[in-house]
Amino acid sequence: MPEKKVGCARPTGAVVGDNAVQERSVKETTMLSAKVGTKAPDFEAPTYYQGDFTSVKLSDYLGKWVLLCFYPGDFTFV
Amino acid sequence: MSAVAANYDTLQDLGVEVISVSVDSQFVHKVWNDQELSKMAKKDIPFHMASDGPGNVGKIYGVYDEGAGVELRGRFIIDPDGVIQAMEVMTPPVGRQMSETIRQINAFQHVRATKGSEVCPAGWTLGKKTLKPGPSLVGNVWKEWSPLEDN
Repeated sequence: MPEKKVGCARPTGAVVGDNAVQERSVKETTMLSAKVGTKAPDFEAPTYYQGDFTSVKLSDYLGKWVLLCFYPGDFTFV
Repeated sequence: MSAVAANYDTLQDLGVEVISVSVDSQFVHKVWNDQELSKMAKKDIPFHMASDGPGNVGKIYGVYDEGAGVELRGRFIIDPDGVIQAMEVMTPPVGRQMSETIRQINAFQHVRATKGSEVCPAGWTLGKKTLKPGPSLVGNVWKEWSPLEDN
C-alpha cells in the first residue's frame, strides 16, 4: 500500500452521507457537532494501519456499522 | 484499545468496522502497537489507528480536553446510514466495558432489522424479549416486562 499524504486530521465540514455539501465555511464547520440520532460529522485523518501509514475517511464506511473510539493517549495506562 | 482489538473478531462478525483516534501521531501509534498493544491483545491492532494531533476531530465530537490537550474516552456507535446511535464519554481514569458496547450494537442492529417495530428494554441481550410499541402496549408494559424478572 503506497504511503498517502493527508496532512493533519480534519473534519470535511459535511456529515456522513451528505454529498451535496462540498464546501462549508470554517464557521459552519465548527458548528457541526456529534449528537445521537443525527448523522456523524465526517472527517479524514492520517492513520497507522497494519504496518502502513495511510489514512481513513469516515464517510468511506457508509453502509457499514462503525465503532469510533477516542482515547486519551498512546502508552497511557487504561 | 487492546480490549477492542481482543474483541475485534466479534465486532467483525457483527459487520462492525473500528476506528480509534487519539492526539498521538501515526508513528507513535505504530510503536505503541509494536511495543505494548500487540503483547496485550496477542495480535497486532487490526484496525485504523487515527492521529488527530490538533484535536480537530475530537472537538466536533465533543471529546477534546483543551486544558490537557488530549481526547477523553469517547465511544460512538454509528449505523450504516451514518447516524450516531450511541455515545459514551468518560474521563481518562476508567476504562470501557466491551461487552456493554457489543450489547448495544446487538440491540441497535435488532431494532434496525425490525425497522423499529421492536424495541429493546433495559438490560436486553440477544434472545431476550423485545417490546412491540403500539396503542395496545401503552400502559401495559408491566404485563409484558419487569425489571425484577429475567424476561
